Amino acid sequence: MNSTLRKLSVVVMTMFMALMISTTWIQFVAAGELNDHERNSRAIYSTLGRDRGPIVVKGGEQIATSVPVEDNYKYQRTYSDGEAGPASLYAPVTGYFSVNGTVTGIERYANDYLAGEDDSLWLDRLQNLITGEEAQGSSVELTIDPKLQQAAWDALGDRNGAAVVLDPKTGAILAMVSKPSFDPNVVSSHDSQAAADAATALINERPVVGSTDGEERRSVYGPMINRTINATFPPGSTFKILTSAAAIEYEGLTPGAQVDAPNSYTLPGTSTDVGNFGGYACSPTQRMSLLEALENSCNTAYLKLATDVGRDGMQKMFEDFGFTESLEVPMTTSVGAYPGLIGGDNDDDSDARIALSGIGQGSVRMTPLQVAMMSAAVANDGELMEPYLIQSVRDSDLELVSQTKPSRYRSPFSSSTADALTEMMLAVVNSGSGTAAQVPGVQVAGKTGTAQDDPRSPTLWFTGFAPADDPQVAIAIVLENEGESTLESSAGSIAAPVAGEIFKAAVGQ
Amino acid sequence: MSMLRPEEGAPARVAEAVLLVVALALGMGGMWMVGYSLDDALPEGFWTYSIVLAALAFTTHIVLRLRAPYADQVILPAVVLLNCLSMATILRQTGVVRDADASRHLMWSALGMAVACVVLFVIRDHRSLRKLTYTAMVVGIVLVILPLIPGLGREVNGARIWIYIGSSSVQPAEFAKIAFAVFFAGYLVANRDTLALAGRKVLGLQLPRLRDLGPILIVWAVSLAVLIGEKDLGTSLLFFGLFVGMLYLATDRVGWIVIGLIMFAGGAVVAWSIFSHVQLRVNIWLDAFNPELVEGPSFQLVQGLFAMAYGGMFGAGWGGGYPSFVPFAYSDFIYAAIGEELGLTGLLAILLVYLVIVQRGLRHAIGVRDGFGKLLAGGLAFVMALQLFVVVGGITRIIPLTGLTLPFMAQGGSSLVANWIVIALMLRISDAARRPSPLPTRGALAEPAPAVVGGPTSGAIEVGGGRPVQAGTEAGAGRGVTPDDATQIVRGVDR
Repeated sequence: MNSTLRKLSVVVMTMFMALMISTTWIQFVAAGELNDHERNSRAIYSTLGRDRGPIVVKGGEQIATSVPVEDNYKYQRTYSDGEAGPASLYAPVTGYFSVNGTVTGIERYANDYLAGEDDSLWLDRLQNLITGEEAQGSSVELTIDPKLQQAAWDALGDRNGAAVVLDPKTGAILAMVSKPSFDPNVVSSHDSQAAADAATALINERPVVGSTDGEERRSVYGPMINRTINATFPPGSTFKILTSAAAIEYEGLTPGAQVDAPNSYTLPGTSTDVGNFGGYACSPTQRMSLLEALENSCNTAYLKLATDVGRDGMQKMFEDFGFTESLEVPMTTSVGAYPGLIGGDNDDDSDARIALSGIGQGSVRMTPLQVAMMSAAVANDGELMEPYLIQSVRDSDLELVSQTKPSRYRSPFSSSTADALTEMMLAVVNSGSGTAAQVPGVQVAGKTGTAQDDPRSPTLWFTGFAPADDPQVAIAIVLENEGESTLESSAGSIAAPVAGEIFKAAVGQ
Repeated sequence: MSMLRPEEGAPARVAEAVLLVVALALGMGGMWMVGYSLDDALPEGFWTYSIVLAALAFTTHIVLRLRAPYADQVILPAVVLLNCLSMATILRQTGVVRDADASRHLMWSALGMAVACVVLFVIRDHRSLRKLTYTAMVVGIVLVILPLIPGLGREVNGARIWIYIGSSSVQPAEFAKIAFAVFFAGYLVANRDTLALAGRKVLGLQLPRLRDLGPILIVWAVSLAVLIGEKDLGTSLLFFGLFVGMLYLATDRVGWIVIGLIMFAGGAVVAWSIFSHVQLRVNIWLDAFNPELVEGPSFQLVQGLFAMAYGGMFGAGWGGGYPSFVPFAYSDFIYAAIGEELGLTGLLAILLVYLVIVQRGLRHAIGVRDGFGKLLAGGLAFVMALQLFVVVGGITRIIPLTGLTLPFMAQGGSSLVANWIVIALMLRISDAARRPSPLPTRGALAEPAPAVVGGPTSGAIEVGGGRPVQAGTEAGAGRGVTPDDATQIVRGVDR
C-alpha cells in the first residue's frame, strides 16, 4: 500500500496545487477585473471607508477631513467642519466625494495620496501590513493661501465669476475662487439618494447672469464647474498683452514705438469696420505709442497690430504660452481656443479673425487661469512657471512623502519683452483704464478687459501683478456677463476695483 | 498513577512545544491586531481566549508526551495555528457579522481539543478500532440518515444536513466521515486482495467481480441518498471520494477509481437532470456573473470572489475588509473572509499548513506497519484534503459550490470536534509509526509474501501484471511482516 499512498500523496499535491492556482487566479490575476466589477460595491466603500488623509491649506487649516461615523462607510468626508460657507469657498479646489461614485477636484486628482495608495507610499503600506494597522491616507497640503482665498471670495461679492491668484515666481496657485459655488458636504452625504438629488440639482442649475432689459441670461456653467480652470471666456482686451508680446518679440516694437490708431479699422478681406469702445477716437492724430495703445486699450491699434504680426506669429505666441495644452494642477484644465488652432469645420482663421483676435474677440477663448498666466509670464521675466496646487504630501506620521518643485513651463518671450510689457501694464493702472486697481504704496501692473460676447452684458476682466518691481502675485478675475454696454460698466470701473481688493490683501501695506 | 508517567526513553517533544509557542504567538498576534485595528484596544476577552487556547494546546501537548510520545510533533502545532487564526477571524467578525460568535467558537475549540485528549487517552492502539469495523459502518449510515428523519433534521439554506436536539444543532456528516474511514479501513484491509485480484480484465482495466461490488454499491447508494435526500453535494462527494480513494489505496487498481468516478458522474448527471436545485448549483458555478443570478442565487459566491479580489496580494489587514458583505463569512465562506483580510499571501500560507498536516498524515500511513493503520491514516489524511478541496474548490469555482466547512477554521461545533478527533487518530497512528519497534523493519522478510499469495491464484497474478499486491517492491515495506497483515493475505485469498 505504500506505493499507492505515495501516488495518493501526489494526487493530494495536485489538488492543493489546483487550489493555490485558483486562489492566485482570483486574488492576483482577476483581482483588478473583479474589483472594478459594476456589482462590486467594495471600491466605493473602501475608498470611503478608509481614513482618508485631510486636505490642508497654507497655515495648516484642514478644509477636508474624514470623520469616523457609525455606518457602513466608517468615515464621513467633511468639508470645513461641515460649515456651508467655508466649504463653498474651497469647493472648486477640494471638489467632493460622493457615495454615488462621483469624485472631483483634489479629492479625485490626488486620490492616490489621500487614500494612501500612491506608489510612493509603499513603505507605509508594508508597515501597515506588518503591524495590522488600518491604512491611513496622506495629507495633501495645498498652495492655497486662506487669506487670499477669502479676500478674492469677498471681492467678487455676489457676482458670477472667478478669481485666480498665482505666485509668478513659482507657479503656486494661491487662490482659486469660482462663483457661484456649492456646499460639497451636501453632495457627499452618506444618504445616497439625497446626495444624488443634490448633485443632479447642482449639475442642472444654470445661474442667471446679466439680466439686462428684463431678459434673463443664464450661464452655460453650473455651480459645480470650477470656472478658473474648466470654463473658458473670451479674454477681451486682456489679450492685448499677448498681442503686444508678439509685436515686441517678433516685430521689434518698443513701448515708445508709434503705431497706427485709426478711428475705425476695416477688417482685412471684408468691408466690416470696427471702431473703438463706445465709438471714441483713440488719438486725434490717429497715431500713438504702443504704450498709450495699451494704456487706453485702443482696439483699432491692436486690430492693426495683430494683422501686422500675422497669423503665424499670433498662433505661435498663443502656443508658446502653452494655452493649447491641458495642464494638471493636478486637476485637468481646459485648453484655450484661438483661430486656426481649434480645429474642426468652424475654425475660421481668416485674416479678419486674426485681426479680431488681437483684441481678444472673435473665437478666442481662455480660462481665467490662462489669463493669469499671461500676467505671471510678464511678472517673471518671460519665464512662465507651471501652475500647481499641491505644495506637499505628508503621510499619516507627518513624514514628507513628496514636495512640488517649481518648474518652468514655457518661455513665451524674452526678459526684455517682459520689461517692456511691465512698463506698459504699469501705465494701464497708473493712468489708463485700470486706475481702480491701484493699491496705495504699491506699484500694480495690469490690464482690463471687456469682452463683448453679449453686447448687452459683456464679460469683464482684470489681470495683473504686483508689486511691479518684485512681483509677489499675479491675478486674473473674470466677471461673467456682468457689465452693461456703457463705458461706466466696463472692466475698468467694475473689475479693476475687485482686483484692487485682492491686491490689497496680497501686497497691501 | 503510573499511566501518567512518561515512557522511559521517549522523546521530550521539545520541537512541538516550541512550535506551539510560535502558533499561539501568531494567533494571539492576530487577535491583538484585530482589537487594535477595530477599537484601538485589546479585544474584549483577549486574555481569556489566549489563556484558554494556550492551556488546551499545552494540555494536549502533555497528553501526547504521556500517551503518544513518539507522535508527530508538527501536526498539533499546525492545527493549533489554524484554530487560533480562525479564533482571530471569528473575533474580528463578532458583532459585525450576524451569528459570528467568538465565545462559542472558543467553547467548541476547547471541546474539540478536550475530545482529542480523551481519544488519545482511551484509544491506546489504533488497531483496537478494527474490531469496530461494522459497528462503524452502522454508526456512519445512521449518522448520515439522521437528518432525513422528520422532526430531527431540518432543511437550512437548501440543505438538510443538520439535526436539532433541543436548541443545539449537530452536523452528523462530520462525524460520519470518521466512522466511514474506520469502516472502509477495516473492510478493505480484510477484502482488498479479493477486490484487487479476482475478476476480469477488460480493455486493460482490472474489473472486480460483480459480487465484490456489494460494498461499493452500498456506499454509492449512501452518497446518492445524501445527494438527493439531503441535497448536499459536498458531503456526498466527500464520502464517495473517501471510499474510492481508500479503495485505490488498498488495491492499487485504477479500474476501481474509473468505475467509481463513472458511477458518481452518472449519479450526478441523473441528479442534475432531475433536480432543479442541482441544475441551479451548476449554473451558478459556470455563470456566476449572469445578471439573473448575481443578485440572488450566486450572490454569495460572487461576494466571496469580490472579497478575495479586494484582499489581493497582501490583504486589507485584520479589520480592513467587509465580512458583512459575504453571507456566512464566519462558516462556509471563512476562506473568502480570510482572503480579504490576509490576502493571497495569507491564504497560500494557510493552504500550506493544511498541506503539511495532510502530507504528514500520509507519511505516517507509509510509516505505520499494519494495513489497517495504513488505510485509516491514509483515509483520514485524504478525507481532510478532499474536504479542503471541496470547500475551497467551491469558493474558488473549481467545482460547484457545496456546503462543507473548512476544517478548524469555520465556526461550527460539529466540524471542530470531528476534525479534532481526526487529528487525535492521526497522532495516535503517527505514534505507532514512529515508535521504535522490536519487529524487523522494512524490506526484511518481505520477499516470501508474494509466493504465499500468488500460489493458489495464479490467474490473478497474471492479470495483475506480475505485480501481485506489490509486496516485493520497495514500497511493500513491512507487508507480510506483521502477523496482522499476513493473516489478511491468506484469508483474502482463501475465500
